[in-house]
Amino acid sequence: MSPLPTFSTMAPEAGLKQAMSLSRPDIIETMKQSGLKGRGGAGFPTGMKWNFAAAAQAAEKFVICNADEGEPGTFKDRVILQEHADLVFEGMTIAGKAIGARSGIVFLRGEYTYLRPQLEAVLDKRRKQKLLGKDILGSDLEFDIRIFMGAGAYICGEETALIEALEGFRGEPRNRPPFPVNTGFLGRPSVVNNVETLASAACILQKGADWWKATGTANSTGIKIFSVSGDCEKPGVYEFPMGITVAQLLKEVGGVGAKAVQVGGASGLCIPASQFKRIIAFEDIPTGGSIIVFGQQRDMLDVLHNFLDFFVDESCGQCTPCRLGNRKLLEGVELLREGKCSMAYLQELCALGDTMQIASKCGLGQSSPSAFLSVVKNFREELMGRTYSHV
Amino acid sequence: MLMTDRERLAGEIKALAEKHGNCRTALIPIVQEIKQKYRKVDDFAMQVIADQLGIHPVEVYSVVSFYAFLGSAAHGKYIIRLCRTISCDMQGKERVMRQMENDLGIRFGETTADGKFSLEWANCMGMCDQGPAMLVNEKVYTHVTPEKVHEILEECRRSFGVHATEQKEVYLV
Ligand SMILES: Cc1cc2nc3c(=O)[nH]c(=O)nc-3n(C[C@H](O)[C@H](O)[C@H](O)COP(=O)(O)O)c2cc1C
Ligand code: SF4
Ligand code: FES
Repeated sequence: MSPLPTFSTMAPEAGLKQAMSLSRPDIIETMKQSGLKGRGGAGFPTGMKWNFAAAAQAAEKFVICNADEGEPGTFKDRVILQEHADLVFEGMTIAGKAIGARSGIVFLRGEYTYLRPQLEAVLDKRRKQKLLGKDILGSDLEFDIRIFMGAGAYICGEETALIEALEGFRGEPRNRPPFPVNTGFLGRPSVVNNVETLASAACILQKGADWWKATGTANSTGIKIFSVSGDCEKPGVYEFPMGITVAQLLKEVGGVGAKAVQVGGASGLCIPASQFKRIIAFEDIPTGGSIIVFGQQRDMLDVLHNFLDFFVDESCGQCTPCRLGNRKLLEGVELLREGKCSMAYLQELCALGDTMQIASKCGLGQSSPSAFLSVVKNFREELMGRTYSHV
Repeated sequence: MLMTDRERLAGEIKALAEKHGNCRTALIPIVQEIKQKYRKVDDFAMQVIADQLGIHPVEVYSVVSFYAFLGSAAHGKYIIRLCRTISCDMQGKERVMRQMENDLGIRFGETTADGKFSLEWANCMGMCDQGPAMLVNEKVYTHVTPEKVHEILEECRRSFGVHATEQKEVYLV
C-alpha cells in the first residue's frame, strides 16, 4: 500500500511544535478557520467540538480517538494507523493541549488486534522522545495515550456507545444531549474524533488553515481519504479533494460504466448512474469515505439484502423502530426477491423507513433505511414482479 | 471444576482486576484476557469477576453476551471469522464458506468435535479492497479462495504437533 501523499509530506511533529507555541484559544481558532469537519461520517465542525470541550469546566477531560472503523466498505483508518500512526497521536496530543486534557484513549476495534503491537511500539517511542508523558517537548504540557480494545460491535463506533463500552457497559447509545463534550467518559468532558480527523488536525496545525481551505469546497474544506472497493479496476485507499464528482472518482479508480455507487457505506446513499454528476461533500452526498462500486451485473436486491442482514445483526436492540424496523425491511427484500410484494406493501415499507429515520434513537437506526429508500426510488423497475427464477 | 483450578482462576481474575484498576471500566479488558486464555467465560468466572468489581453477576453476563468477541460459550483453539459483508460477498465469500464447511465438517456457528476450530461469520473487517477476507484468531487473511482454504487450515494444524496435519477431510451433506 502506498502511503498517502499528503500525510507523508508532513514534517514530523511540526504541527505539535506549532501548537506548543500557540495559546489554547489560538489552536482552536486555527481549527475553526480551517473549516475541518469530522471525518467519521457525521461531519461536525472539529474546531467547534474542541471549543465546547475546552469551555467545559472539569477536573479531568479526555481525548478519544475513534478507531472502531466498522462501516461496510471503510478501511482508510486502518491504513492511516498502519502508515501514519505518529500523525494520529500528534493530533491527539494537540487536541489534549487545546481542551486541557491529560489522557487520550484510542478505541481500537477488536478486528484490528493485529495492529496493536505496532501502535504500542509507536507510543513507547513517543514517550522516549518526550512527545508523550510529562513535560512534552520541554514544556509543562502533560499528555499520555492508552489503547482500549473493542470487542466486536459496529454500534461502538457511535460515540456514546463507545463511551459506554469504555466504562464497562453494553454498547448501547445514550440520549444526546448531553453530548460527550460535556458529559463523556466517566461523566467528564470528552472529545471523540475519528482517526482521520485527528491526523488532519496535525496537518492543519503544521501548514495553516489557509493551506487546508485551499482544497475542497467552501462548505467541505480540505482533502478526504476514501476507501474504494467493489467492481472497479483499482480498489484501495485514495486521497481526493472534497467536492469531487462521483464520475471523476470512478474514472480515477477504474470504475467507469458502473451501474451505481454506494457512498458512505451501508448507512449511506446508493447513487444511480444518472446522478454521477453529483459531488461528494457535506452539502451534497456526505460520506465517511466508503465508496462501493456496483457493476452492471449486480442485482440491487442482493445488495440490499446484504446491508439489511448487517443492520439486523448490528442493531443494539435498544429501541423499537430500529430493532424491528430493520427486520421488517429485510423481510420486505425477501418478498421482493420472491416476487411476492405488492406495490401497496412496498409503499408501506417506505413509510416505515421514513419513520425509522425520525424515530430511532441513534444514527444506526436513523440511517439504516437510506439504502433501501434510495434503491426503491432509483431502481424500482428492477424490483417489482420478479419471477421465482430470480431466487 | 477442580478446586485447585478454581482457586487459580480466581487468583488470575483478582490480579487482572488489580492491573486494570479494580473498577467497572476494567470489566471488558478482564473478560477479554480470560476469554483469550481459557476460550470461554463460564458462570464461575463471571461470579468472581462480579465479586471483584462489586457488581451483580447478571451485569457481567449482560456485557459478555452483548459483544460478538466475548460470549460465554466455549470456542475452538482457532476461531475462523469469514467476512460476509458486501464487498467480500461480491468477491466470492460464498464459495469460501462452502469449502470451509466441507473441509472442517461443520457449519458456520459450530465448533469441531475436537475443539480445534470454530467457524463464525464476521461483518466488514476493513479489508474490503482485498476480499474475501477472514480472520483466524487475530491474523488476517485476504484474497482467500476455495483452494487456499486447505492450506490455511493446515497452517493452523501444524501448531497441534507433527501427527495432527493432513487430517481426513469430510464431505458435508
Ligand atoms: C452507527 C454508527 C457508527 C459509527 N461508526 C463510526 C466509526 O466507526 N468511526 C468513526 O470515526 N465514527 C463513527 N461514527 C460517528 C461517531 O459517532 C462520531 O460522530 C465520530 O467519531 C466523531 O468524530 P469526527 O467528528 O472526527 O468525525 C458512527 C456513528 C454511528 C451512528
Ligand atoms: S437506533 Fe438501533 S442501534 Fe441505535 S439505539 Fe436504537 S436500536 Fe440501538
Ligand atoms: S466487506 Fe469484507 S472486509 Fe469489508
